[in-house]
Amino acid sequence: MANILTVDDSPSIRQMIKVTLAPAGHNVIEAADGAQGLEKAKSNKLDLVITDLNMPVMNGLELIRALRALPALLGLPIVFLTTESNDTVKLEAKKAGATGWITKPFKQDQLLAVVSKLVRS
Amino acid sequence: MTVLDPAEVFRQEASELFDVLEGALLDLGLRPDDKELVDQAFRALHTIKGSGAMFGFDQVASFTHEFETAFDRVRKGEIRPDQDLISVALAAKDYIRALIEAPETTDSIIGDAILADLYRLVKPDNHADSELSTPPPPALVVRIGWQLHIEFDSDILRNGSNPLDLLDDLGKLGPCFVVALTDDVPFLDEMDPERCFLKWDVTLHSDCDRGAIDDVFIFVQDEMKLVCESLASVDMAPPLAPFEMPTGDSPVSAAAADAASQAAPQIEKKREEPKRADDKANATVRVQAERLDELMDRVGELVIAQARLSQLASATDDISIKAIAEEIERLAASLRDTTMGARMVPIGSLFGRFRRLVHDLSRDLGKPVEFVTTGEDTEFDKTMIERLADPLVHLIRNAIDHGIESTESRAAAGKTGIGRIEIAAIHSGAQVLVTVRDNGAGLDTARIRAKAEEQGLIAPGAAMSDQDIHQFLFHPGFSTAQTVSALSGRGVGMDVVKRTIEAMRGSIETTTVPGNGTTVTLRLPLTLAIIEGLLIRVGEGRYIIPLSAVEECAELSSSDERVRGRDFLNMRGDLVPFLRLRKLFDSEGEPDLHQKIIIASAGETRIGLIVDQIIGSHQSVIKSLSKLHSDVTMFSGATILGDGSAALILDVAQLIAAGQGLTDKPLKEAA
Repeated sequence: MANILTVDDSPSIRQMIKVTLAPAGHNVIEAADGAQGLEKAKSNKLDLVITDLNMPVMNGLELIRALRALPALLGLPIVFLTTESNDTVKLEAKKAGATGWITKPFKQDQLLAVVSKLVRS
Repeated sequence: MTVLDPAEVFRQEASELFDVLEGALLDLGLRPDDKELVDQAFRALHTIKGSGAMFGFDQVASFTHEFETAFDRVRKGEIRPDQDLISVALAAKDYIRALIEAPETTDSIIGDAILADLYRLVKPDNHADSELSTPPPPALVVRIGWQLHIEFDSDILRNGSNPLDLLDDLGKLGPCFVVALTDDVPFLDEMDPERCFLKWDVTLHSDCDRGAIDDVFIFVQDEMKLVCESLASVDMAPPLAPFEMPTGDSPVSAAAADAASQAAPQIEKKREEPKRADDKANATVRVQAERLDELMDRVGELVIAQARLSQLASATDDISIKAIAEEIERLAASLRDTTMGARMVPIGSLFGRFRRLVHDLSRDLGKPVEFVTTGEDTEFDKTMIERLADPLVHLIRNAIDHGIESTESRAAAGKTGIGRIEIAAIHSGAQVLVTVRDNGAGLDTARIRAKAEEQGLIAPGAAMSDQDIHQFLFHPGFSTAQTVSALSGRGVGMDVVKRTIEAMRGSIETTTVPGNGTTVTLRLPLTLAIIEGLLIRVGEGRYIIPLSAVEECAELSSSDERVRGRDFLNMRGDLVPFLRLRKLFDSEGEPDLHQKIIIASAGETRIGLIVDQIIGSHQSVIKSLSKLHSDVTMFSGATILGDGSAALILDVAQLIAAGQGLTDKPLKEAA
């Protein structure tokens, strides 16, 4: 249904996202850091990006800013994962251009709820 | 992949979190300065609160919130977690668990008392009252909806949010009347298509609370202006006038009062309905165990009827009957599996209870013990799990009281000071093995033997395997503990354990390594209701042997040298005692020329059963025997066969015991 990019340095989180979204009919593309994520975002037609914030090479905030700087990706929903309901982090990411967030640890139905909020068929 | 009901997932998750919480709290008792443990407990609480609120466990969420607030002071290092605090925290944990598992029967008074204790401990200056004052009951306003005014920042589209999707989401809360305000839309030449110029007024008809509306806009709340006014409906309240009328018994006023009193509940109902529909979406259905049993019974009868149909169908040439019979066989089988599945729950819930038991026992006896569980997710018939609780409590008590040595004797034996109790569950074929293992001193075979001789259970000097000697532990009134403690040593318990396990068609075995501990293994069938059986014929009668007990079947000619005049059969080098069921059941008629032997086992012991014919495997729905037959130990129940006749189910463990009784007799006569 939708092409969803998950950017996270933890393979288990990527896997969790994949096993949750794949049965719902989504195509999940994986990237292990922001730089990889940016490449994948350029080379795929995406409907949603789910990114972690703390990552090696290029962190989530930098990725969000880089994605927002691409005119081709205007309006692409970007969701970030954050561990604490820390408002400073949230605000910063929102300011960088994120659409929404998911608080870790999240459950499958929470993830699905957020995805269905941002991806419409 | 089946989609689990979120509330059920929450219950499971919560149950794991409770274990984490309890573990952290208990460990905190030993290492009060360990920050990591405090954080662990706090995280568990936090998740229980968050998820609880999400899945409609509001009481859980609000209580846990109070708990968390109190515990926050511990996290901030303002208070040191002492034993009192940990006890209260454990009680609070138990209360939250009760709120989740049995909300109907849980009294909030207990919760208030626990919170009062908690606040007394964490807040010596006693702000408890203000914190504790129960929230005022929700005002009895019948809300009919909300009037919303929505303005988004004009660059909202850039960040991937779509106002139309949000309005759609709002529409899911209830019928919406949406008016787009176009005042700010510029002329076409000034129009930037990437910006949002529209504003909206929305009238939402829904009894949802403000939180539900905020949830819709959660991601954009910083980039929008949302004005939200409740359409509280004073006008919807039932007219008060009729109640104020003098009770003049005039039929008109009575009728009016009636009408008014009927109107009120109707409004109430209206308010409840959407909520109920909501509940249905993510609620587990709690079903009385009896109903499940009844369902199981019906399914059992269906399986029997289906077997008869299949038998008839196999005798006919009519293809269409055969097809239906096969279809029904398939449906009956899957219905049976589903019904059995509905009764299966993970055994972890049971193990969780023991952690506390071990903690308390270890404290009372002054023996530090660590408790390890594995295989918590092993699924098992719910009724059986409940029946298993008491036997396991006995075994764990015994293990700590008798098994684990005192710290001094452990040190003397060069072992670590901390004892270890391991409890594990694992599936093994159609059985579940539950083991209780300790790393204590092991069984004292010599002392058990001496005691058995003293009680006249065995002749002095009789040759017996260690395994058999250990079985005396399960004799009524048998205890080798030299002192009687409050917990064990009275010789009551182990025989009850054995009886309970055997009543569940299970068996119990002990293995021990002197100086290194004892393992008690309980072998239990997955379910009580249906077994796979081997249908056999002895004389004119038909019997079922539980397939789980059958090891092998072999043919045996009447002239076979192996059985002539002996009580043992040589099976590939192993001597196996055997019973002639014809003789045991006093069967009439001539035995078949080619008799069969079935090697069955119960625990470590094997026995050969000589029968006339092996008919085949049979799905046996167990019917218990009537009270009149309660003293017939060789049969554990009966089942109905495809042709409507009955077959008795053999109890292999009892047959072995009976066989041993037969062979013991000549021994005793000789002695």
